[in-house]
Amino acid sequence: MAVDVVRAAGPRTRRARLRLSATLWRHPWLKLSALLTPPMGAFLIVYVGALAVLFVSSFWTVDSFTGKLVHHWTVSNYRELLSPSQTPFLRIAGRTIGIAAAVTLTDALLAFPLGYFMARIAGRRGRAALFVMVLLPLWSSYLVRIYAWRTILAHDGAINWALNGLGLHDQNIAYTNWAMWIVFSYVWLPFMVLPVYAALERIPDSYLEASADMGASGLRTLRSIILPLALPGIVAGSIFTFSLTLGDYITPELVGGPSSSFIGNFVYSWIGINANIPLASAAAAVPVLVMGVYLLIARRLGAFEAF
Amino acid sequence: MSRIKRVHVLVAALAAALCVPAAGVGSGNGLPTKIGKGEGVLNVIEWAAYTDPSFAKPFTKQTGCVIHRKDAGSSNEMVALMRSGGGGGGGQYDLVSASGDASLRLIYGGDVQPINVNLIPSWKEFLPNFRSPAHNTVKGVHYGVSLQWGPNTLIYNTKLVKPAPTSWSAIYGKTYKGRITVPNNPIQIADAALYLSKSQPSLGIKDPYELTKPQLDASVKLLKQQKPLLKRYWNSATDEISDFKNGDVVIGAGWPYQTLQLQASKAPIAETIPSEGATGWADTWMLAKRAPHPNCAYLWMRYVTTPQVEAKQALVFGETPVNPLACTYMNKMQKGSCAAYHLNQPLSYYNTIHFWKTPVATCGWQAGNGCMDYNAWQQAWTQITG
Repeated sequence: MAVDVVRAAGPRTRRARLRLSATLWRHPWLKLSALLTPPMGAFLIVYVGALAVLFVSSFWTVDSFTGKLVHHWTVSNYRELLSPSQTPFLRIAGRTIGIAAAVTLTDALLAFPLGYFMARIAGRRGRAALFVMVLLPLWSSYLVRIYAWRTILAHDGAINWALNGLGLHDQNIAYTNWAMWIVFSYVWLPFMVLPVYAALERIPDSYLEASADMGASGLRTLRSIILPLALPGIVAGSIFTFSLTLGDYITPELVGGPSSSFIGNFVYSWIGINANIPLASAAAAVPVLVMGVYLLIARRLGAFEAF
Repeated sequence: MSRIKRVHVLVAALAAALCVPAAGVGSGNGLPTKIGKGEGVLNVIEWAAYTDPSFAKPFTKQTGCVIHRKDAGSSNEMVALMRSGGGGGGGQYDLVSASGDASLRLIYGGDVQPINVNLIPSWKEFLPNFRSPAHNTVKGVHYGVSLQWGPNTLIYNTKLVKPAPTSWSAIYGKTYKGRITVPNNPIQIADAALYLSKSQPSLGIKDPYELTKPQLDASVKLLKQQKPLLKRYWNSATDEISDFKNGDVVIGAGWPYQTLQLQASKAPIAETIPSEGATGWADTWMLAKRAPHPNCAYLWMRYVTTPQVEAKQALVFGETPVNPLACTYMNKMQKGSCAAYHLNQPLSYYNTIHFWKTPVATCGWQAGNGCMDYNAWQQAWTQITG
């Protein structure tokens, strides 16, 4: 009896499927929009929508007595942020952007030789081993890695132990901006190595041979062939390292000293206090603007032309 | 009802509640007269271990109220959690174990509701100063039941800090530059104000939580001078413990909890209440305005303030009960602990402890709105630490 049911249903569903596929074939735009609507909708609602809400709420204020939102349009939050007598935001933003830039530069300098070695010099086994080593930290928790650095930098940590062993004085790197620079550079390094490696690996050998044939020195080849072709990779990596540092707030809290608040810490503390989401939103809008400017500059430099 | 309208209504209601609290909430029209049957669930916002299973399990067994916990990391987080989801605990949370720097904010923000202390028999056993303290009782209306307290002490490394400090000046002077730590909390301004009230009497600071603009500015100036002397502002008790343990800091402000943990791990650490006195925190279980399980909440407040449970919690967390009858139980569990936690002290001892309360614009000792409110403190604190 079960078989009868299936037989009866079979042609009907088949016919429906045929009709559907015929419709889609006749109207290709229908197929495309059906395919794209769910991901595009999710993107618009989740990504762009969240950003829009953030941006809009930064023009509202909070009633300081009740802590409730006041839906009244004003730029007072931005004015408060930009006035050094009201909030230390400019100082904090300057510190955040400065350290993010330093971390990006450091990671680029570290990642380029490493990526070059992995892409063009190391054998297959060596390359695999290096890949594992670069990616290994990403398999562990980000917090564990920061805490590990805390024990390394601490007063009785590995660095001071080694220095004392060599008969040198203690270093007081723990809880300083230097500590943040070191830890950030370490934590985000894999995000720089991978795109740089990918860019360097794609450079055809023939380019380098041609350069050598024409009598260019190694340095000249590096400057005129390798670096320009690797630039998109470096910029892609720098977008990661720069934006990740810009948005972080845990590392400053765990390894930073008394003057180490980041924009993230500022945002966090203002959401906590009186739930002043508008002021926090205004502060959070700044990294978005900074990244926008950064991407524009990167495009001017021709970073996206190879894509 | 539109949002703006709701805000207006709320402000009006609040203003009314503040002007005539006796008529608005205290006349018994809203207060329960007996505790009904438990709803089976109790949702709390708490300091970690404030519903420790060692005493929460027997409670659940007795009452059938299963506790769901949300641990908060700071007073600000507690306030933010209570205000999320439309305020008043969002219709989700029943109780919050607010410290004195948060409790008035919750009261004035309309996030907590008055309670009937007659339903909590142990309340009459409390030390008199914890029955209606300024941080949880406004104009005779109780917004919760006091729980435990502790002083903010001066913690130091006995090997590296000699002679033993007797004044808070140790954390404002250059002697231990780069090895000092203080909490990352706006209420730390009160510690500076307390020190200034003794070291600079001309400022006329009477209450470290009621500061006029010049007094706040002087405190901020002191804290800005202190900043370069600091190793860091600590964010969590475990952070401070590890910094003392590994020697990154040798002196700083903290709680007895940290001292006890460090001493338990054999670190050369001691604590003192300096000659200027100390600030202190006192926690209150407060009932959320929109608590969905009020009976379980009352049952918990009744249970947790009994002497045995007070004693247990004190030893789990390292703090002092507000119920002096807990003394015998503490000593039974850990010899000499009643004295170690200062529960045997005369009432005059409490005059040296200035308990946290949220700074508000109206100060008690001065007519009008001459004082700086918590918003101003918070702004000053971000200026100092940013």
